[in-house]
Amino acid sequence: MVNIKELPSKTLLMPGNAACPGCPETLGLRYVSMALGDKAVLVIPAGCSSVIQGIYPKSGIGFPILNIVFAAAASAASGLARAYKIRGLEDAQVVVWAGDGGTGDIGIQALSGAAERNENIIYICVDNEAYMNTGIQRSSLTPYGAWTTTTWTGKKEHKKDVPLIMIAHGAPYVATASVGFPTDFIEKLRRAASIKGLKYIHLHAPCPVGWRFDPSKTVEVAKLAVQTGIWVLYEYRGGVFRISPLSRPYAKKERRKPLKEYLKLQGRFRHLGEDDVKVLEAYIEERWKLYLNMEKTLGSKAT
Amino acid sequence: MSEQEEDHLVLPVSHPSPGAMGPTGYWRNFKPVIDQEKCIKCLLCWLFCPEGTIIRHEDNSVSVDYDYCKGCGVCANECPVNAIKMVPEGEEQ
Repeated sequence: MVNIKELPSKTLLMPGNAACPGCPETLGLRYVSMALGDKAVLVIPAGCSSVIQGIYPKSGIGFPILNIVFAAAASAASGLARAYKIRGLEDAQVVVWAGDGGTGDIGIQALSGAAERNENIIYICVDNEAYMNTGIQRSSLTPYGAWTTTTWTGKKEHKKDVPLIMIAHGAPYVATASVGFPTDFIEKLRRAASIKGLKYIHLHAPCPVGWRFDPSKTVEVAKLAVQTGIWVLYEYRGGVFRISPLSRPYAKKERRKPLKEYLKLQGRFRHLGEDDVKVLEAYIEERWKLYLNMEKTLGSKAT
Repeated sequence: MSEQEEDHLVLPVSHPSPGAMGPTGYWRNFKPVIDQEKCIKCLLCWLFCPEGTIIRHEDNSVSVDYDYCKGCGVCANECPVNAIKMVPEGEEQ
């Protein structure tokens, strides 16, 4: 377990960057810095994080960064990791910091390729559930019913489950995390750094601008997503699938908070009717059933 | 010409430094004010500050870097003992 008081007090995220107030990505970057320190080298495809860095000659992010096009994040990171290995810099940790569009839509072929070759990188998908940087367009990771500028009556399809796709690739480490639970995220990052091969972490990141809530509620919404069961924290490591302790209580339906508490905070769900809420509740139930079954069949290999 | 300027001419590389977008404290409408007597030094505000503008001191007490704080209010929302208040800019307590 990570102790908050033992975390480094200085991080590599510089104050005065270009992020919006209440941004979950800067929050996530601070946690990456706390977990990996100056060993991390970031590869950032197009997205909010390319903008957060600010204007030349200053940079708002203290990590060494390779900015690259949408479709090539995982392949560029593969090359970088191999180059570091050849030059003998074994302790450099190449980290891809990509959005949900850069992971699930445009970048998935490069990610799939890197996972198949089992390149030694950490791939973090910062999932804010739409293309926020270009003005809130839908992505394949936008959930059912959510308003975006391209789905203004609510999205009709469910969210794509990218972590499960990565488990299907047989990646040595796949985990989900949330900006609302930093100690869990930092622990998972440190564990990932100790493993060779492709490590995939899916970070749930509520965006105040695109989800239409007050910037002060970023962490509250992230916590509610886990407490209502719509976002499940789990870990898949060396063939063993486990639901994380923070998500464990919500396996029982009666212990979850009502989904409406999560939905009513967000303007993007304002138009939802009772039927839509039922569709989402059924979706949560179905996902949990799948994860619990996976834990049953894949949960006991190590112990 | 300094070495850093020369470096910029050869290869336009940005160097990490605070204030890449200027003093972002100007964006703020509400200002977080910490009540040091109520503070229990749990460091949750420091952990959850998206900007890193909550400064953590040696004894785990905290203060705010008003030059760069954007006034999002996450710290006030997450404080377990309500020791942080969001005060409208210009209206000092």
